[in-house]
Amino acid sequence: MKKLVILGAGTAGTMMLNKLSNILDKDEWHITIVDQHEKHYYQPGFLFIPFNIYNCKDVIKPKRDFFPPGTDVIMSGIKKIEPKKNRVLLDNRKVLPYDYLIIATGAKIKPDETEGLKDKLWHKNVFDFYTIEGACALRDFFKHWKGGKLVLNITEMPIKCPVAPLEFVFLADSYFTEIGIRDKIDIHFVTPLPGAFTKPKASAILGDFLDKKNIKLTTEFNIARVDNDEKKIVSWDEEEIPFDVLVTIPTNMGDEVIERSDMGDELNFVPTDKHTLRSKDYENIFVIGDATDLPSSKAGSVAHFQADVLFENFLSAIENREMQEKFDGHANCFIESGFGKGILIDFNYDTEPLPGKFPLPGVGPFSLLEETKTNHYGKVMFRWVYWNLLLKGLEMPIEHQMTMAGKRAS
Amino acid sequence: METLEIAGKALEVDEDGHLKNMTDWNEDIAKEIAKAEGIEELTNRHWAVINFMRKEFQEKGDAPSIRRLTKESGVPTKELYSLFPKGPAKKSAKIAGLPKPKGCI
Ligand SMILES: Cc1cc2nc3c(=O)[nH]c(=O)nc-3n(C[C@H](O)[C@H](O)[C@H](O)COP(=O)(O)OP(=O)(O)OC[C@H]3O[C@@H](n4cnc5c(N)ncnc54)[C@H](O)[C@@H]3O)c2cc1C
Repeated sequence: MKKLVILGAGTAGTMMLNKLSNILDKDEWHITIVDQHEKHYYQPGFLFIPFNIYNCKDVIKPKRDFFPPGTDVIMSGIKKIEPKKNRVLLDNRKVLPYDYLIIATGAKIKPDETEGLKDKLWHKNVFDFYTIEGACALRDFFKHWKGGKLVLNITEMPIKCPVAPLEFVFLADSYFTEIGIRDKIDIHFVTPLPGAFTKPKASAILGDFLDKKNIKLTTEFNIARVDNDEKKIVSWDEEEIPFDVLVTIPTNMGDEVIERSDMGDELNFVPTDKHTLRSKDYENIFVIGDATDLPSSKAGSVAHFQADVLFENFLSAIENREMQEKFDGHANCFIESGFGKGILIDFNYDTEPLPGKFPLPGVGPFSLLEETKTNHYGKVMFRWVYWNLLLKGLEMPIEHQMTMAGKRAS
Repeated sequence: METLEIAGKALEVDEDGHLKNMTDWNEDIAKEIAKAEGIEELTNRHWAVINFMRKEFQEKGDAPSIRRLTKESGVPTKELYSLFPKGPAKKSAKIAGLPKPKGCI
């Protein structure tokens, strides 16, 4: 019996489990998946919780609902990977030997990396929305807030879903307008990037949206610390920005198990071949999703495109064929822009987001880099697609390779 | 392809103004790029960072992020920001004739 071990049963691990269980011969392969938590969180839904659009029930389901029957599931923390010995040590003292390993342990926020961030104001005036706890605490705060300075700050790149912070301020603008106190609130978007987003063309267009919505933008701000007494954030070059409520995207890092296993870079992301998705250091290890060090966006949609590539390459690897499929960095993100509208972007390693129609050239129904109601429904639909198609590894009507069809390049 | 005239030579640069060929680089070119970035004089501390960047790039094929810089060059974050205001990783990579670090995308 050959052994495949999948570490992490989040978006990417669950997808790979479903895809591979369907195809690998059960008499030849034993698949084991390991995760520490019973609950699967739909992380894109965290964005909507502070504004009371989703509640907790909407974003949580049992992980087991998404595993094929008969899967060997181990609920335990992962203590250490020993890649030279081809085995994994678990917190429950089990030792798991493997022939092939897929690492899908994701990324998480590390507020401790910034001085004063997780201090006396944490979840009182300083909130994250990248965890369910943070998102719920912020919802409770907003319920009674009368207004003041709302500052959103990105600590450092890379972060999961790099558009989520923009969506947050767009939704805040919409939410406070609807409850009638928008004029009492200053919204300020503070980023270490030179513009509103990571890629120049989209950055300019999204920057205009900030302007239109009366959201102040400060770029190239690299936070050094939070001053809890005077309620301000201070940059490394001593610029100061005061806040009444700070919504922070703390440093995002891979799980500590990567560090304990001595397999990561300085952010605990695993060095991964950007086209084949195989570990740069070990032939029998593949890496997928947020756990990789790839220069693609850390997003569920990206993990989905990666899953198609990893699936093919994994089959090639176990049959000793050359790996053919190449991941091109394809990302496709719906950006909620408030007032029932949305923006869509589609890009890869080499091509930045461009305007046009998607997925059918000239037809759409989605419009790239434009604010439309249809794009908003795309985002709403994404939750259904996520639970019902994506996690189960089912075919989706979008190719994993990005296409230029329907895009306006100049 | 864009070219820029730096220290009397026409050099190829990428869309962000980083040198295309790190072999085009020399210390005079570094000084010129630094001036264009608002750094009038390159001190020993600047050079310590620039040389570390070039060494890392040659060994690892990618310019180090700000985190690796602080961890391994021995120059604390605060000082990095005073040497290369705004974006130390990006700015020092540019002056060192290297492409923009991957972490900055
Ligand atoms: C606020 C927010 C909004 C987002 N919006 C979008 C969006 O609109 N569109 C989109 O495509 N993506 C979005 N994303 C990103 C998306 O959720 C992630 O990219 C995706 O979930 C990554 O999947 P993953 O499998 O790599 O990691 P995860 O889904 O995070 O799974 C990692 C799993 O590994 C387990 N694990 C880790 N370490 C250990 C250990 N030591 N022991 C045991 N188990 C371990 C964890 O318990 C977890 O279950 C958003 C994310 C956030 C936070």
